[in-house]
Amino acid sequence: MQEELFTSGRNIPNIDPSLQIWHWPISVYLFLGGLAAGLLFFAALITVLKKDKEYPAAVKFASIVSPIALTLGLLALFYDLTHKLYFWRLYTTIRIESPMSWGAWVLLIITPISFLWVFSYYTELFPKWKLKFNFLNTFEKFLQENRMNMAIALIPLSIVLGIYTGILLSAFNARPLWNNAILGPLFLTSGLSTGAATIILLAKNAKERHLFSKIDLALIVIELGLIIHMLMGMYAGSEVQLEAMQLLVGGEFTLMFFGFVIILGLIVPAILELTELIGYKVPVAVPAILILIGGLVFRFVMVEAGQITRYLY
Amino acid sequence: MRYAMVIDTLKCVGCSDCVVACQTENNVPIGYCRDWITETVNGAYPSIELELKSERCNHCDNAPCVRCCPTGASHQLDNGIVLVTADECIGCGACIESCPYDARYQHPDGYVDKCTFCHHRLEKGQLPACVSVCPTKCMYFGDLDDPNSEVSQLLKNRKHKTLAPEAGTKPQVYYLI
Ligand code: SF4
Ligand code: SF4
Repeated sequence: MQEELFTSGRNIPNIDPSLQIWHWPISVYLFLGGLAAGLLFFAALITVLKKDKEYPAAVKFASIVSPIALTLGLLALFYDLTHKLYFWRLYTTIRIESPMSWGAWVLLIITPISFLWVFSYYTELFPKWKLKFNFLNTFEKFLQENRMNMAIALIPLSIVLGIYTGILLSAFNARPLWNNAILGPLFLTSGLSTGAATIILLAKNAKERHLFSKIDLALIVIELGLIIHMLMGMYAGSEVQLEAMQLLVGGEFTLMFFGFVIILGLIVPAILELTELIGYKVPVAVPAILILIGGLVFRFVMVEAGQITRYLY
Repeated sequence: MRYAMVIDTLKCVGCSDCVVACQTENNVPIGYCRDWITETVNGAYPSIELELKSERCNHCDNAPCVRCCPTGASHQLDNGIVLVTADECIGCGACIESCPYDARYQHPDGYVDKCTFCHHRLEKGQLPACVSVCPTKCMYFGDLDDPNSEVSQLLKNRKHKTLAPEAGTKPQVYYLI
């Protein structure tokens, strides 16, 4: 019998165990990026479908959240860089093979658009605070006229942003937990779902709330399906993938993953939303907040657990 | 030109001379290393085998650290050596996450650092510091594109392996077993 008894691994005081290169800001950033992607996607979609008068929360109120989320996300990302003064190097090149590179470029385009989008609703959002300068009013008008163009640009951009938060991780073949193709669609679905939850939170009329509850329900079902796919894929995978899966199923992240992400973050809100749609009184904030927390915990679990999974030592 | 390193695990005694030589040659800050020694015990008692070896960046042919670097700071030379340009590196850590061998670390100054195959010494016609200092002469360095080079010959005649080939990076540090 050939059996490996032990490998001493390394013993480099400042590097080992260097399991966590990425800290909480990365998880927060992935969550906020996904959330902004979801919000911008729905705002753009509703505008393109010319339903913006019927669904004001999606196009107007919730869209205030996206530039804030993107700004905080970018700050978190910046905070986790260790060679900060050189961050501009990101924008001296485009590297197609590096998801982080094209993610950085998408963020550079989508963040200003998210601000412009909110500004195009300035008068409606803040009727009490008149714009002091005339050129600002002219600019707002110009943006209103171009809202449709912004929406058309935002649909692909927000999808890329949402998928990118997952592909960023799945491109790392050295981390078996991340290295599966489903992570992109999974993070996109989760981002859309947190976006829908935010719209539900901010929606004032029942019609809008119900539409987004239905959308959210569908997204939750897809997300659960994708998670099952991911686990099955790893279960049938190589030894390192199996070990990665065991961190989530039976290992140290089981409670976080099943308790907070799957049960409290997906199944319970789905049941609550369903109950509300059938006609029972449920405070809608509850499922929405659970989904948001579940989405955040999901990013933490994936980022932290992924960094533990490896090939050697 | 394809630089590669061949390390004889049967000769290595795990003295860590290569580690210290690298730290001295490359001014590696205290508490960090670009190369390191591992001990592996294989087999079932009583027939067990101890393997000692010196490990470092494998200067992979299919280097994920180069691919995922958003700025191009991590790059590969025509001779196969993978390098990091410190003042292009933003310290995002993507390359560290992408390396199956944990061969990279964040330098206290912020940028990412790792083995360079002593690129600066090769330019002067010298061998990498670790190779030249090894008291058991268990390390060999050379050009794999040259079929007559010492490394090519060793790989032709001796049983060898690479680390975690299943990670798919085509590592170029070979271990004689
Ligand atoms: S060993 Fe790691 S750092 Fe070195 S080339 Fe391969 S992937 Fe890159
Ligand atoms: S840490 Fe530096 S070398 Fe590594 S991927 Fe980021 S920018 Fe490139």
